Amino acid sequence: MKQFLAFIKKEFHHIFRDVRTIMLIIGIPIAQILIIGFAVSTEVKNVKTAVYDPSNDISTQQIIQRLDASEYFDVVQLLQSPEDIDRLFKEGKIAFAVVFSEHFNENLYHNGGIAGQARNDKDGAAVQLIADASDPNQGLVATSYAANILGDYQQELLGRDRARPVPTMIIPQIQMLYNPEMQSSYNFVPGLMGLVFILICAMMTSIAIVREKETGTMEVLLASPMKPMYIVISKMVPYFIISWFTLILILLMSVFVLHVPIVGNLLWLNIFSLVYIIVALALGLLISTLVNTQVAALLASGMGLMMPFMILSGMIFPIASMPPVLQWVSCIIPARWYIAGVRKIMIEGASVQHIWTEMSVLIGMIVVILGISLKKFKTRLE
Amino acid sequence: MNTVIETRDLTKKFGDFTAVDHIGFSVAKGEIFGFLGANGAGKTTAMRMLCGLSKPTSGQGLVAGYDIAKQSEQVKKNIGYMSQKFSLYEDLRVGENMRLYAGIYGVKDKLINPKIDETLAQLGLSAEKNTLVKELPLGWKQKLAFSVAIFHEPQIVFLDEPTGGVDPITRRQFWELIYEAAGRGITIFVTTHYMDEAEYCNRVSIMVDGRIDALDTPANLRKQFQAENMDEVFRKLARKAVRS
Repeated sequence: MKQFLAFIKKEFHHIFRDVRTIMLIIGIPIAQILIIGFAVSTEVKNVKTAVYDPSNDISTQQIIQRLDASEYFDVVQLLQSPEDIDRLFKEGKIAFAVVFSEHFNENLYHNGGIAGQARNDKDGAAVQLIADASDPNQGLVATSYAANILGDYQQELLGRDRARPVPTMIIPQIQMLYNPEMQSSYNFVPGLMGLVFILICAMMTSIAIVREKETGTMEVLLASPMKPMYIVISKMVPYFIISWFTLILILLMSVFVLHVPIVGNLLWLNIFSLVYIIVALALGLLISTLVNTQVAALLASGMGLMMPFMILSGMIFPIASMPPVLQWVSCIIPARWYIAGVRKIMIEGASVQHIWTEMSVLIGMIVVILGISLKKFKTRLE
Repeated sequence: MNTVIETRDLTKKFGDFTAVDHIGFSVAKGEIFGFLGANGAGKTTAMRMLCGLSKPTSGQGLVAGYDIAKQSEQVKKNIGYMSQKFSLYEDLRVGENMRLYAGIYGVKDKLINPKIDETLAQLGLSAEKNTLVKELPLGWKQKLAFSVAIFHEPQIVFLDEPTGGVDPITRRQFWELIYEAAGRGITIFVTTHYMDEAEYCNRVSIMVDGRIDALDTPANLRKQFQAENMDEVFRKLARKAVRS
C-alpha cells in the first residue's frame, strides 16, 4: 500500500510538472465546451426579416404575425417596393425577406397554393422567401423555418374552413431541416463528455505507460518488487481523479454557461460517467500494451479512438440514419452507449432503470478490455 | 565462500534462436563480477533472467537463495537493478526519485530521510536535493542512479552498462562507489563495454554466442590468453563469434 501511494504521488508529479499535460487535460474540455456550445451552434434565432406585402389581406397579415411571433424571425421592415430588398441585404440590415404576391388571399382560395420556395406564378398565391445565402447554413435553416410556418398556417386553414377548402396544398419540404447539423448544445454536451474522457483517460494513460517503456524506467519498475498490476492501477488512479474533476467542470459549465439543465439524478449521472471513465482507462491500458512509443500511442488513441468515436458514437451523426453495417460497428464504440445514457439521464431526466442496458454494456466492456490488456501486459519483458 | 548467484545450464530461447546457451557460474557475496560479451552475445538476456524479468527456457538459477523461475518476487526484493537506459525520472526532483524507489522497495519511513541526506552527502550532491533530475549532468545522474539502485541495501545489484557515455573521470568516481558498495557486502554484477573497467572486477566472465567462454580473474585471463590486457583477451575470444 505504501509503495502504491508513493507511486501515485509520482504520477501526480508527472502530470503537474508538465504544462502540456495540464493544458490538455483542463484546457481541452473548456475549449470544447465553449466552441461547441457557442460557435458550432447551428440554431437560427431572431433573423432580421423584411416583408413586402402588396396584398395586405387577412392571410398575409396572419402569416407576418406568425413569423414575427416565432423566435426565429424578427420582422424589422415593411417594404414599399421589392427593389429595396437588395439594398437592405447589402447594408446588412436584414438577413431574410418574405415577398408576397398581389391578391394573395384571393388567389389562395381560388387557384393557388402557398409555395415554400419561390413561386412567382402570376395566377397563384405565391410567396417568395429570400435568404442571405452567404452563410448557406443559416440561409437554409431560416428558409426551412419560414416554410414550416407557412405550412402550419395552411394546415390550419384547411382544418378551419372545410366549407371553402384550399384547392392546392404544397407541403414544404422540411425533412432536411432536421439534418444532423441541427443539433444544439443539448445534444452536444453528452457527446463532448464522451469524447473528452476518451481523450484524458485513454490517450493520457496510454502515453503515460508507454513513456516509461520508452525511457527505460518501466524495466526498472518491473525488476522491483512492485507488482505489475499495481504499476498499472497506480497509473490510472490520477487520471481517474482528474477525470472526475473534469466531469464536474463540464457539468458546471454546461449548466451555467450553456444553460443545459441536468434534469436527471446527479448521483447516477456521476456513477454512470465514472463507469465510462474506467472503460476509457482500460482502453488506454490496452493501447499501451500494443505499442512501444509515445508517438504510436498518440496516433493509436487519436486516430484509432477519437475518429471512430466522433463519427460513430452518435455525437455528430445520428446512429439511426447510418447504414446497417455502421450501426453494427457503432455498437462496439463505448461512447455510443455512454452518450445515449447521458442523454437519457441528464437531458431527458430518465431514471436509472432506463439506462441499465447502457450501464451493463459499459461494464461488460470494462471486463473484456481489462481482461485482454492485463493478459497482454507483459509482467516479464520478453 | 558464500554464494549469492548460482546458475546451472541456464538457457533462454526465442523461437529457434538460443540467446543464452547453458551457462553455469557462481558469484560470491561481496564480489565484483564483470559480465562481458560483444553486442548480441546474450549478456542482457542472461541478466534479465537473473533479475526475474524474463523466464528461463530451461536450466536453473538461484539469486540471493531464491529460484529465479519460481520465486521471482523474492528475487526482486533482494536485488537492485540499474538498466542501460537511464532509470531515474527526469521530471522528479533528486530527493523525490530517492523517496519513490525507497517507497517501492519498502524502506521504512523513518529511515528514508536520514538515508537520503547521507547518500547525497556521500555523492557531494547535498545541494541538489531539490533539483529536477533533468537539470543534472549525465555523470551525476549515473552516480545518483547507482545510489538509488542500492538505496534499499540489496544483496546484489545488477548494473547493465552503467557507465555508457560517461567521461573517464566520472567513470573512475563511479567505480569508487562500486568498490565502496562491495566493501559493505553488496555483490556487484556488472556488464560493460569498457575493458579497462573489466580490470577493476574481481572476476570476469566473457560470453560468446550465448555461452560463457572464459571465466576467471583478470590476471589469470591475461595469462591464459597470453595477452597484455583485457582488451586483447576480449578480442581474441570475440573473434570466434559466429553471430554478432
